[in-house]
Amino acid sequence: MLNRIELLKLIEHNARISISELAVMLGVTEDEIAAELETCKKENVILGYSTVINWEKTEREPVTALIEVRITPQRNQGFDKIASQFYRYPQVSSCYLMSGGFDLMLIIEDSTLREVANFVSDKIAPLEGVISTSTHFILKKYKSNGTLFEQKQIDDREAIVL
Amino acid sequence: MDIDYQSKVSSVVNEIKPSAIRRFFDLANEMKGEVISLSIGEPDFVTPWNIREAGIFSLEDGYTHYSPNQGYIEVRKAISEYLERRFSLKYDPKSQILVTVGGSEALDLIARAMINPGDEVIILEPCFVAYRATVTLARGIPVVIETKEEDEYKLTPEALEAAITDKTKYIILGYPGNPTGATMTRDDLAKIRDVLVRHPNVFVVSDELYSELSYTGERPASIANFPELYDRTIVVNGFSKSFAMTGWRIGYMAGPAPLLVAMNKVHQYCIMSSPTTAQYAVIEACRNGDKEVEEMRDEYNRRRRVIVQGLKDAGLTCFTPTGAFYAFPSITNSGLTSEQFCERFLMEKKVAIVPGNAFGECGEGHVRISYAASMENIMEAMKRLKEFMQELKDGSVK
Repeated sequence: MLNRIELLKLIEHNARISISELAVMLGVTEDEIAAELETCKKENVILGYSTVINWEKTEREPVTALIEVRITPQRNQGFDKIASQFYRYPQVSSCYLMSGGFDLMLIIEDSTLREVANFVSDKIAPLEGVISTSTHFILKKYKSNGTLFEQKQIDDREAIVL
Repeated sequence: MDIDYQSKVSSVVNEIKPSAIRRFFDLANEMKGEVISLSIGEPDFVTPWNIREAGIFSLEDGYTHYSPNQGYIEVRKAISEYLERRFSLKYDPKSQILVTVGGSEALDLIARAMINPGDEVIILEPCFVAYRATVTLARGIPVVIETKEEDEYKLTPEALEAAITDKTKYIILGYPGNPTGATMTRDDLAKIRDVLVRHPNVFVVSDELYSELSYTGERPASIANFPELYDRTIVVNGFSKSFAMTGWRIGYMAGPAPLLVAMNKVHQYCIMSSPTTAQYAVIEACRNGDKEVEEMRDEYNRRRRVIVQGLKDAGLTCFTPTGAFYAFPSITNSGLTSEQFCERFLMEKKVAIVPGNAFGECGEGHVRISYAASMENIMEAMKRLKEFMQELKDGSVK
Protein backbone atom coordinates (compact mmCIF):
# COMPACT_ATOMS: atom_id res chain seq x y z
CA MET A 1 0.00 0.00 0.00
CA LEU A 2 1.30 3.38 -1.01
CA ASN A 3 1.58 5.77 1.91
CA ARG A 4 0.82 9.26 0.57
CA ILE A 5 2.43 11.07 3.50
CA GLU A 6 5.63 9.06 3.18
CA LEU A 7 5.74 9.80 -0.56
CA LEU A 8 5.15 13.52 -0.02
CA LYS A 9 7.78 13.74 2.71
CA LEU A 10 10.32 12.11 0.42
CA ILE A 11 9.77 14.47 -2.49
CA GLU A 12 9.44 17.47 -0.20
CA HIS A 13 13.02 16.75 0.82
CA ASN A 14 14.26 15.82 -2.66
CA ALA A 15 11.97 16.56 -5.60
CA ARG A 16 14.43 15.01 -8.03
CA ILE A 17 14.02 11.37 -6.97
CA SER A 18 12.75 9.64 -10.09
CA ILE A 19 9.47 7.76 -10.24
CA SER A 20 11.29 4.46 -10.66
CA GLU A 21 13.47 5.17 -7.60
CA LEU A 22 10.42 6.16 -5.57
CA ALA A 23 8.70 2.94 -6.61
CA VAL A 24 11.61 0.82 -5.33
CA MET A 25 11.99 2.79 -2.09
CA LEU A 26 8.31 2.52 -1.25
CA GLY A 27 7.84 -1.03 -2.50
CA VAL A 28 5.08 -0.22 -5.02
CA THR A 29 4.85 -0.02 -8.82
CA GLU A 30 5.86 2.97 -10.91
CA ASP A 31 2.29 3.30 -12.14
CA GLU A 32 1.04 3.67 -8.58
CA ILE A 33 3.57 6.43 -7.90
CA ALA A 34 2.72 8.27 -11.13
CA ALA A 35 -1.00 8.04 -10.44
CA GLU A 36 -0.62 9.27 -6.88
CA LEU A 37 1.51 12.24 -7.95
CA GLU A 38 -1.08 13.12 -10.58
CA THR A 39 -3.88 12.94 -8.01
CA CYS A 40 -1.89 15.10 -5.61
CA LYS A 41 -1.47 17.72 -8.33
CA LYS A 42 -5.16 17.66 -9.17
CA GLU A 43 -6.07 18.02 -5.52
CA ASN A 44 -3.68 20.95 -5.15
CA VAL A 45 -1.71 18.96 -2.58
CA ILE A 46 1.39 19.30 -4.75
CA LEU A 47 1.62 22.86 -5.99
CA GLY A 48 5.04 22.83 -7.60
CA TYR A 49 8.63 21.71 -7.29
CA SER A 50 11.30 24.18 -6.22
CA THR A 51 15.01 24.10 -5.52
CA VAL A 52 16.73 25.10 -2.30
CA ILE A 53 19.41 27.59 -3.32
CA ASN A 54 21.99 29.28 -1.19
CA TRP A 55 22.07 32.59 -3.04
CA GLU A 56 24.88 33.84 -0.84
CA LYS A 57 27.23 31.51 -2.70
CA THR A 58 26.40 33.21 -6.02
CA GLU A 59 27.26 36.67 -7.28
CA ARG A 60 23.69 37.82 -6.64
CA GLU A 61 23.06 39.12 -3.16
CA PRO A 62 19.35 39.58 -2.67
CA VAL A 63 17.94 40.20 0.78
CA THR A 64 15.08 38.40 2.43
CA ALA A 65 12.65 40.58 4.38
CA LEU A 66 9.86 39.54 6.73
CA ILE A 67 7.19 42.24 6.93
CA GLU A 68 4.66 42.12 9.73
CA VAL A 69 1.50 44.01 8.84
CA ARG A 70 -1.31 44.98 11.17
CA ILE A 71 -4.56 45.64 9.34
CA THR A 72 -8.21 46.39 9.94
CA PRO A 73 -10.36 43.53 8.69
CA GLN A 74 -12.96 44.53 6.12
CA ARG A 75 -16.66 43.92 6.41
CA ASN A 76 -17.74 40.57 4.87
CA GLN A 77 -14.27 39.87 3.57
CA GLY A 78 -12.18 39.65 6.71
CA PHE A 79 -8.50 39.66 5.90
CA ASP A 80 -8.74 37.89 2.56
CA LYS A 81 -9.34 40.92 0.37
CA ILE A 82 -6.46 42.95 1.70
CA ALA A 83 -4.20 39.89 1.71
CA SER A 84 -4.91 39.43 -1.99
CA GLN A 85 -3.78 42.99 -2.60
CA PHE A 86 -0.41 42.04 -1.12
CA TYR A 87 0.18 38.58 -2.51
CA ARG A 88 -0.46 39.63 -6.10
CA TYR A 89 2.89 41.42 -6.07
CA PRO A 90 5.43 38.99 -7.57
CA GLN A 91 8.13 40.03 -5.12
CA VAL A 92 5.98 38.71 -2.25
CA SER A 93 7.08 35.07 -2.14
CA SER A 94 4.96 34.09 0.86
CA CYS A 95 1.93 35.60 2.56
CA TYR A 96 0.45 34.20 5.77
CA LEU A 97 -2.39 35.19 8.08
CA MET A 98 -1.01 34.97 11.59
CA SER A 99 -2.25 34.64 15.13
CA GLY A 100 -0.65 36.92 17.71
CA GLY A 101 0.49 40.53 17.71
CA PHE A 102 0.06 41.22 13.99
CA ASP A 103 -2.12 39.95 11.17
CA LEU A 104 -0.25 39.30 7.95
CA MET A 105 3.28 38.10 7.42
CA LEU A 106 4.77 38.91 4.03
CA ILE A 107 8.05 37.42 2.94
CA ILE A 108 9.96 39.26 0.24
CA GLU A 109 12.77 37.45 -1.48
CA ASP A 110 14.97 38.25 -4.41
CA SER A 111 14.97 42.05 -3.87
CA THR A 112 17.56 44.59 -2.85
CA LEU A 113 17.39 46.57 0.38
CA ARG A 114 16.22 49.67 -1.49
CA GLU A 115 13.54 47.76 -3.37
CA VAL A 116 12.13 46.40 -0.11
CA ALA A 117 12.16 49.86 1.47
CA ASN A 118 10.34 51.33 -1.54
CA PHE A 119 7.86 48.48 -1.62
CA VAL A 120 6.92 48.99 2.02
CA SER A 121 6.66 52.77 1.85
CA ASP A 122 5.01 52.99 -1.59
CA LYS A 123 2.81 49.92 -1.78
CA ILE A 124 2.07 48.54 1.68
CA ALA A 125 1.93 51.39 4.17
CA PRO A 126 -0.39 53.70 2.16
CA LEU A 127 -3.03 51.02 1.59
CA GLU A 128 -6.34 51.65 3.27
CA GLY A 129 -6.76 49.36 6.22
CA VAL A 130 -3.06 49.04 7.02
CA ILE A 131 -2.48 50.17 10.60
CA SER A 132 1.25 49.60 10.83
CA THR A 133 4.17 47.63 9.38
CA SER A 134 7.35 46.28 10.87
CA THR A 135 10.11 45.06 8.55
CA HIS A 136 12.82 42.57 9.52
CA PHE A 137 15.75 41.58 7.35
CA ILE A 138 17.34 38.15 7.50
CA LEU A 139 21.03 38.48 8.29
CA LYS A 140 22.10 34.88 7.86
CA LYS A 141 20.35 31.67 6.91
CA TYR A 142 21.34 28.70 9.04
CA LYS A 143 18.54 26.40 7.99
CA SER A 144 15.71 26.83 5.53
CA ASN A 145 12.93 24.39 4.62
CA GLY A 146 14.66 21.71 6.65
CA THR A 147 17.95 22.13 4.84
CA LEU A 148 21.09 23.17 6.71
CA PHE A 149 23.06 25.91 4.99
CA GLU A 150 26.18 25.08 6.97
CA GLN A 151 28.73 22.36 6.25
CA LYS A 152 27.47 18.80 6.21
CA GLN A 153 28.29 16.31 8.94
CA ILE A 154 31.39 14.24 8.23
CA ASP A 155 31.30 10.46 8.54
CA ASP A 156 33.69 9.66 11.38
CA ARG A 157 32.86 5.97 11.60
CA GLU A 158 35.48 3.21 11.44
CA ALA A 159 36.05 1.46 8.09
CA ILE A 160 34.56 -1.83 9.24
CA VAL A 161 32.35 -2.48 12.23
CA LEU A 162 31.17 -6.06 12.62
CA MET B 1 66.72 -10.36 26.95
CA ASP B 2 63.98 -11.82 24.83
CA ILE B 3 60.70 -12.11 26.63
CA ASP B 4 58.18 -14.65 25.45
CA TYR B 5 55.11 -12.48 25.76
CA GLN B 6 52.92 -15.11 24.19
CA SER B 7 53.52 -17.41 27.14
CA LYS B 8 52.23 -14.65 29.41
CA VAL B 9 48.87 -14.52 27.65
CA SER B 10 46.27 -16.78 29.22
CA SER B 11 45.43 -19.92 27.34
CA VAL B 12 41.80 -18.95 27.05
CA VAL B 13 42.64 -15.66 25.35
CA ASN B 14 45.05 -17.47 23.07
CA GLU B 15 42.20 -19.76 22.20
CA ILE B 16 40.32 -16.89 20.61
CA LYS B 17 41.36 -16.94 16.99
CA PRO B 18 42.13 -13.73 15.16
CA SER B 19 39.37 -12.74 12.78
CA ALA B 20 39.31 -14.77 9.60
CA ILE B 21 39.25 -11.57 7.63
CA ARG B 22 42.01 -9.62 9.35
CA ARG B 23 43.88 -9.07 6.10
CA PHE B 24 40.78 -7.64 4.48
CA PHE B 25 40.25 -5.48 7.56
CA ASP B 26 43.68 -3.89 7.14
CA LEU B 27 43.09 -3.28 3.46
CA ALA B 28 39.71 -1.64 4.07
CA ASN B 29 41.25 0.55 6.77
CA GLU B 30 43.94 1.75 4.41
CA MET B 31 41.35 2.73 1.85
CA LYS B 32 38.99 4.45 4.27
CA GLY B 33 37.92 7.80 2.88
CA GLU B 34 38.34 6.81 -0.77
CA VAL B 35 35.62 4.19 -0.79
CA ILE B 36 31.90 3.86 -0.25
CA SER B 37 31.52 1.97 3.02
CA LEU B 38 28.66 -0.48 3.26
CA SER B 39 30.75 -2.34 5.80
CA ILE B 40 29.74 -0.58 8.98
CA GLY B 41 27.53 -2.12 11.64
CA GLU B 42 26.41 1.13 13.16
CA PRO B 43 23.87 3.77 12.15
CA ASP B 44 25.04 6.56 9.86
CA PHE B 45 22.57 8.82 11.67
CA VAL B 46 23.84 11.02 14.47
CA THR B 47 22.06 10.65 17.84
CA PRO B 48 18.81 12.69 17.74
CA TRP B 49 19.38 16.20 19.06
CA ASN B 50 17.00 16.06 22.03
CA ILE B 51 18.92 13.03 23.33
CA ARG B 52 22.31 14.64 22.81
CA GLU B 53 21.04 17.76 24.54
CA ALA B 54 19.90 15.78 27.59
CA GLY B 55 23.48 14.52 27.91
CA ILE B 56 24.84 18.04 27.53
CA PHE B 57 22.44 19.43 30.16
CA SER B 58 23.54 16.77 32.64
CA LEU B 59 27.15 17.86 32.16
CA GLU B 60 26.21 21.52 32.55
CA ASP B 61 24.44 20.69 35.78
CA GLY B 62 27.52 18.90 37.08
CA TYR B 63 26.29 15.31 36.99
CA THR B 64 29.74 13.84 36.54
CA HIS B 65 29.92 11.18 39.27
CA TYR B 66 29.46 7.43 39.55
CA SER B 67 25.93 6.18 39.46
CA PRO B 68 24.72 3.22 41.51
CA ASN B 69 26.15 -0.01 40.05
CA GLN B 70 22.87 -1.04 38.47
CA GLY B 71 22.32 2.41 37.01
CA TYR B 72 20.24 5.34 38.28
CA ILE B 73 16.78 4.25 39.36
CA GLU B 74 15.35 6.97 37.07
CA VAL B 75 17.06 5.32 34.13
CA ARG B 76 15.86 1.85 35.08
CA LYS B 77 12.32 3.19 35.48
CA ALA B 78 12.50 4.82 32.06
CA ILE B 79 13.76 1.56 30.53
CA SER B 80 11.06 -0.43 32.31
CA GLU B 81 8.34 1.88 30.97
CA TYR B 82 9.85 1.75 27.51
CA LEU B 83 10.00 -2.07 27.45
CA GLU B 84 6.40 -2.32 28.54
CA ARG B 85 5.16 0.33 26.12
CA ARG B 86 7.04 -0.93 23.06
CA PHE B 87 7.35 -4.68 23.63
CA SER B 88 4.79 -5.57 26.30
CA LEU B 89 7.63 -6.76 28.56
CA LYS B 90 7.27 -6.18 32.29
CA TYR B 91 10.35 -5.78 34.45
CA ASP B 92 10.68 -4.33 37.92
CA PRO B 93 13.09 -1.39 37.71
CA LYS B 94 14.39 -2.05 41.23
CA SER B 95 15.46 -5.64 40.77
CA GLN B 96 15.15 -6.78 37.17
CA ILE B 97 17.10 -4.24 35.11
CA LEU B 98 20.85 -3.68 34.98
CA VAL B 99 22.28 -0.80 32.96
CA THR B 100 25.43 -1.87 31.13
CA VAL B 101 28.13 -0.50 28.85
CA GLY B 102 26.33 -1.46 25.66
CA GLY B 103 24.80 -4.81 24.83
CA SER B 104 28.32 -6.26 24.56
CA GLU B 105 28.99 -5.88 28.26
CA ALA B 106 25.69 -7.56 29.01
CA LEU B 107 26.68 -10.57 26.89
CA ASP B 108 29.98 -10.80 28.74
CA LEU B 109 28.39 -10.48 32.19
CA ILE B 110 25.91 -13.22 31.39
CA ALA B 111 28.70 -15.55 30.25
CA ARG B 112 30.90 -14.87 33.26
CA ALA B 113 28.10 -15.01 35.80
CA MET B 114 26.44 -18.15 34.46
CA ILE B 115 28.98 -20.44 32.81
CA ASN B 116 30.98 -23.12 34.61
CA PRO B 117 33.94 -24.57 32.71
CA GLY B 118 32.63 -27.09 30.22
CA ASP B 119 29.09 -25.74 30.09
CA GLU B 120 27.69 -25.53 26.60
CA VAL B 121 26.12 -22.47 25.07
CA ILE B 122 24.21 -22.72 21.81
CA ILE B 123 24.89 -19.98 19.30
CA LEU B 124 23.36 -19.56 15.87
CA GLU B 125 25.88 -18.78 13.15
CA PRO B 126 26.34 -16.68 11.10
CA CYS B 127 26.10 -14.22 13.99
CA PHE B 128 27.55 -11.25 15.80
CA VAL B 129 31.16 -12.09 16.64
CA ALA B 130 30.94 -11.47 20.40
CA TYR B 131 28.64 -14.44 21.07
CA ARG B 132 31.34 -17.03 20.55
CA ALA B 133 34.11 -14.98 22.16
CA THR B 134 32.26 -14.19 25.39
CA VAL B 135 31.40 -17.86 25.85
CA THR B 136 34.98 -18.97 25.17
CA LEU B 137 36.43 -16.37 27.55
CA ALA B 138 34.14 -17.67 30.28
CA ARG B 139 35.51 -21.17 29.57
CA GLY B 140 32.25 -22.37 28.13
CA ILE B 141 31.91 -24.39 24.98
CA PRO B 142 30.14 -22.73 22.06
CA VAL B 143 27.88 -25.20 20.28
CA VAL B 144 27.08 -23.90 16.84
CA ILE B 145 23.82 -24.31 15.01
CA GLU B 146 24.24 -23.22 11.41
CA THR B 147 21.11 -21.41 10.34
CA LYS B 148 20.34 -21.63 6.66
CA GLU B 149 19.25 -19.33 3.91
CA GLU B 150 16.41 -21.68 2.90
CA ASP B 151 15.04 -21.35 6.46
CA GLU B 152 15.41 -17.55 6.19
CA TYR B 153 18.13 -17.91 8.84
CA LYS B 154 15.57 -18.79 11.47
CA LEU B 155 16.28 -21.26 14.21
CA THR B 156 14.27 -24.41 13.56
CA PRO B 157 12.87 -26.47 16.45
CA GLU B 158 14.54 -29.59 15.03
CA ALA B 159 18.00 -28.01 15.01
CA LEU B 160 17.53 -26.74 18.54
CA GLU B 161 16.33 -30.10 19.83
CA ALA B 162 19.36 -31.80 18.28
CA ALA B 163 21.82 -29.32 19.81
CA ILE B 164 20.58 -29.46 23.39
CA THR B 165 22.52 -31.73 25.76
CA ASP B 166 22.52 -32.05 29.55
CA LYS B 167 25.43 -29.60 29.53
CA THR B 168 23.51 -26.82 27.73
CA LYS B 169 23.43 -23.72 29.93
CA TYR B 170 21.73 -21.27 27.61
CA ILE B 171 21.08 -20.41 24.02
CA ILE B 172 21.75 -16.99 22.50
CA LEU B 173 19.05 -15.79 20.13
CA GLY B 174 19.89 -12.71 18.09
CA TYR B 175 16.85 -11.52 16.14
CA PRO B 176 16.57 -9.26 14.20
CA GLY B 177 20.00 -10.53 13.29
CA ASN B 178 23.43 -9.29 12.36
CA PRO B 179 24.65 -10.15 9.69
CA THR B 180 21.61 -11.73 8.05
CA GLY B 181 18.80 -9.25 8.71
CA ALA B 182 16.57 -12.18 9.69
CA THR B 183 13.72 -11.86 12.17
CA MET B 184 11.61 -14.43 13.95
CA THR B 185 7.88 -13.90 14.23
CA ARG B 186 5.80 -14.77 17.24
CA ASP B 187 4.76 -18.01 15.54
CA ASP B 188 8.38 -18.95 14.82
CA LEU B 189 9.29 -18.27 18.44
CA ALA B 190 6.33 -20.30 19.68
CA LYS B 191 7.88 -23.39 18.07
CA ILE B 192 11.14 -22.69 19.89
CA ARG B 193 9.22 -22.25 23.10
CA ASP B 194 7.67 -25.70 22.65
CA VAL B 195 11.13 -27.24 22.50
CA LEU B 196 12.43 -25.27 25.46
CA VAL B 197 9.46 -26.20 27.59
CA ARG B 198 10.75 -29.78 27.37
CA HIS B 199 14.18 -28.67 28.60
CA PRO B 200 13.59 -26.68 31.78
CA ASN B 201 17.30 -26.27 32.54
CA VAL B 202 18.09 -24.35 29.37
CA PHE B 203 18.02 -20.58 29.67
CA VAL B 204 17.58 -18.08 26.87
CA VAL B 205 19.62 -14.96 26.20
CA SER B 206 17.69 -12.86 23.75
CA ASP B 207 19.84 -10.21 22.10
CA GLU B 208 17.28 -7.65 20.94
CA LEU B 209 19.56 -4.75 20.03
CA TYR B 210 17.84 -4.38 16.66
CA SER B 211 14.32 -4.88 17.99
CA GLU B 212 13.14 -1.44 16.83
CA LEU B 213 14.42 -2.11 13.33
CA SER B 214 11.89 -4.59 12.04
CA TYR B 215 10.16 -4.21 8.68
CA THR B 216 7.60 -6.96 8.82
CA GLY B 217 4.84 -4.49 9.64
CA GLU B 218 4.17 -6.09 13.01
CA ARG B 219 5.80 -5.34 16.33
CA PRO B 220 8.82 -7.60 16.79
CA ALA B 221 8.12 -10.37 19.26
CA SER B 222 10.40 -11.25 22.17
CA ILE B 223 10.69 -14.79 23.41
CA ALA B 224 10.29 -13.32 26.89
CA ASN B 225 6.69 -12.53 25.95
CA PHE B 226 5.89 -16.21 26.54
CA PRO B 227 4.95 -16.74 30.20
CA GLU B 228 6.52 -20.23 30.10
CA LEU B 229 9.92 -18.72 29.32
CA TYR B 230 9.80 -15.34 31.05
CA ASP B 231 11.47 -16.69 34.20
CA ARG B 232 14.43 -18.13 32.31
CA THR B 233 15.02 -15.49 29.69
CA ILE B 234 17.46 -12.61 29.88
CA VAL B 235 16.70 -9.84 27.42
CA VAL B 236 19.72 -7.88 26.23
CA ASN B 237 19.00 -4.57 24.62
CA GLY B 238 20.51 -1.14 24.21
CA PHE B 239 20.35 2.19 22.52
CA SER B 240 23.19 1.88 20.02
CA LYS B 241 21.30 0.67 16.97
CA SER B 242 17.75 1.90 17.34
CA PHE B 243 18.60 5.32 18.77
CA ALA B 244 21.88 5.79 16.90
CA MET B 245 23.86 5.96 20.15
CA THR B 246 26.80 3.61 19.51
CA GLY B 247 29.49 5.89 20.89
CA TRP B 248 27.66 6.54 24.16
CA ARG B 249 28.24 2.92 25.16
CA ILE B 250 25.03 2.19 26.95
CA GLY B 251 22.72 -0.81 27.01
CA TYR B 252 20.97 -2.97 29.53
CA MET B 253 19.73 -6.40 30.42
CA ALA B 254 16.41 -7.37 31.95
CA GLY B 255 15.66 -10.70 33.53
CA PRO B 256 15.21 -12.75 36.71
CA ALA B 257 16.23 -10.78 39.82
CA PRO B 258 18.48 -13.45 41.42
CA LEU B 259 20.51 -13.74 38.24
CA LEU B 260 20.88 -9.99 37.97
CA VAL B 261 22.36 -9.96 41.46
CA ALA B 262 25.03 -12.32 40.14
CA MET B 263 25.59 -10.23 37.01
CA ASN B 264 25.89 -7.13 39.12
CA LYS B 265 28.74 -8.72 41.10
CA VAL B 266 30.80 -9.00 37.94
CA HIS B 267 29.65 -5.62 36.69
CA GLN B 268 30.59 -3.75 39.85
CA TYR B 269 34.15 -5.05 39.87
CA CYS B 270 34.96 -4.57 36.21
CA ILE B 271 32.86 -1.56 35.19
CA MET B 272 31.57 0.01 38.42
CA SER B 273 28.74 1.77 36.60
CA SER B 274 27.72 2.85 33.11
CA PRO B 275 28.68 6.33 31.90
CA THR B 276 26.64 8.91 33.79
CA THR B 277 26.23 11.28 30.84
CA ALA B 278 24.88 8.44 28.70
CA GLN B 279 22.44 7.46 31.44
CA TYR B 280 20.93 10.93 31.48
CA ALA B 281 20.68 10.88 27.72
CA VAL B 282 18.79 7.59 27.61
CA ILE B 283 16.10 8.81 29.98
CA GLU B 284 15.23 11.23 27.18
CA ALA B 285 15.63 8.50 24.55
CA CYS B 286 13.17 6.19 26.34
CA ARG B 287 10.60 8.90 26.92
CA ASN B 288 10.84 11.15 23.86
CA GLY B 289 12.56 9.16 21.17
CA ASP B 290 9.74 7.33 19.39
CA LYS B 291 9.34 9.78 16.52
CA GLU B 292 13.02 9.83 15.60
CA VAL B 293 13.28 6.06 15.91
CA GLU B 294 10.33 5.70 13.58
CA GLU B 295 11.79 8.13 11.04
CA MET B 296 15.11 6.29 11.03
CA ARG B 297 13.34 2.96 10.68
CA ASP B 298 11.31 4.22 7.71
CA GLU B 299 14.48 5.44 6.03
CA TYR B 300 16.26 2.11 6.67
CA ASN B 301 13.24 0.35 5.22
CA ARG B 302 13.42 2.38 2.00
CA ARG B 303 17.14 1.68 1.73
CA ARG B 304 16.46 -2.00 2.33
CA ARG B 305 14.14 -2.11 -0.65
CA VAL B 306 16.70 -0.31 -2.82
CA ILE B 307 19.42 -2.78 -1.76
CA VAL B 308 17.27 -5.83 -2.37
CA GLN B 309 16.34 -4.54 -5.83
CA GLY B 310 19.98 -3.63 -6.52
CA LEU B 311 21.18 -7.12 -5.60
CA LYS B 312 18.56 -8.65 -7.82
CA ASP B 313 19.55 -6.35 -10.71
CA ALA B 314 23.19 -7.34 -10.20
CA GLY B 315 22.27 -11.02 -10.46
CA LEU B 316 22.86 -12.02 -6.84
CA THR B 317 20.39 -14.10 -4.90
CA CYS B 318 19.46 -12.75 -1.52
CA PHE B 319 17.06 -13.80 1.15
CA THR B 320 14.91 -10.70 1.76
CA PRO B 321 16.01 -9.24 5.08
CA THR B 322 13.21 -8.19 7.43
CA GLY B 323 15.16 -6.53 10.21
CA ALA B 324 18.33 -4.75 11.37
CA PHE B 325 20.20 -2.93 8.57
CA TYR B 326 21.95 -5.71 6.70
CA ALA B 327 21.52 -7.79 3.58
CA PHE B 328 23.39 -11.08 3.32
CA PRO B 329 23.39 -12.13 -0.34
CA SER B 330 25.00 -15.27 -1.72
CA ILE B 331 27.97 -14.61 -4.00
CA THR B 332 28.69 -18.21 -4.98
CA ASN B 333 27.67 -17.61 -8.59
CA SER B 334 30.65 -15.24 -8.88
CA GLY B 335 32.99 -18.21 -8.56
CA LEU B 336 34.91 -16.35 -5.85
CA THR B 337 35.27 -16.88 -2.12
CA SER B 338 33.71 -14.29 0.15
CA GLU B 339 37.04 -12.71 0.87
CA GLN B 340 38.16 -12.67 -2.78
CA PHE B 341 34.86 -11.14 -3.75
CA CYS B 342 35.09 -8.38 -1.14
CA GLU B 343 38.73 -7.67 -1.86
CA ARG B 344 38.21 -7.36 -5.59
CA PHE B 345 35.05 -5.31 -5.18
CA LEU B 346 36.99 -3.01 -2.87
CA MET B 347 39.99 -2.65 -5.17
CA GLU B 348 38.15 -2.52 -8.48
CA LYS B 349 34.99 -0.67 -7.56
CA LYS B 350 35.95 1.14 -4.36
CA VAL B 351 33.07 -0.21 -2.29
CA ALA B 352 33.68 -1.87 1.09
CA ILE B 353 31.47 -4.76 2.22
CA VAL B 354 32.24 -7.57 4.66
CA PRO B 355 33.02 -11.23 3.83
CA GLY B 356 30.37 -13.49 5.31
CA ASN B 357 32.89 -15.83 6.94
CA ALA B 358 33.70 -13.06 9.43
CA PHE B 359 30.49 -14.16 11.16
CA GLY B 360 31.23 -17.87 11.33
CA GLU B 361 32.49 -20.46 8.88
CA CYS B 362 29.02 -21.08 7.49
CA GLY B 363 28.91 -17.44 6.35
CA GLU B 364 31.34 -18.37 3.57
CA GLY B 365 29.74 -17.84 0.18
CA HIS B 366 27.96 -14.74 1.41
CA VAL B 367 28.77 -11.08 2.01
CA ARG B 368 27.27 -8.64 4.48
CA ILE B 369 26.08 -5.38 3.02
CA SER B 370 25.09 -2.72 5.54
CA TYR B 371 22.51 -0.16 4.55
CA ALA B 372 23.45 2.16 7.38
CA ALA B 373 24.68 4.51 4.66
CA SER B 374 23.15 7.35 2.68
CA MET B 375 20.66 6.54 -0.06
CA GLU B 376 22.96 8.25 -2.53
CA ASN B 377 25.88 5.99 -1.60
CA ILE B 378 23.71 2.90 -1.64
CA MET B 379 22.46 3.65 -5.13
CA GLU B 380 25.96 4.33 -6.42
CA ALA B 381 27.27 1.15 -4.76
CA MET B 382 24.51 -0.94 -6.32
CA LYS B 383 25.35 0.51 -9.73
CA ARG B 384 28.99 -0.47 -9.24
CA LEU B 385 27.98 -3.93 -8.01
CA LYS B 386 26.06 -4.51 -11.21
CA GLU B 387 29.08 -3.44 -13.27
CA PHE B 388 31.34 -5.65 -11.18
CA MET B 389 29.15 -8.71 -11.66
CA GLN B 390 28.94 -8.05 -15.39
CA GLU B 391 32.72 -7.70 -15.64
CA LEU B 392 33.22 -10.94 -13.71
CA LYS B 393 30.88 -12.66 -16.11
CA ASP B 394 32.62 -11.23 -19.16
CA GLY B 395 36.00 -12.04 -17.65
CA SER B 396 37.03 -8.52 -18.63
CA VAL B 397 38.84 -7.87 -15.35
CA LYS B 398 41.61 -10.07 -14.08
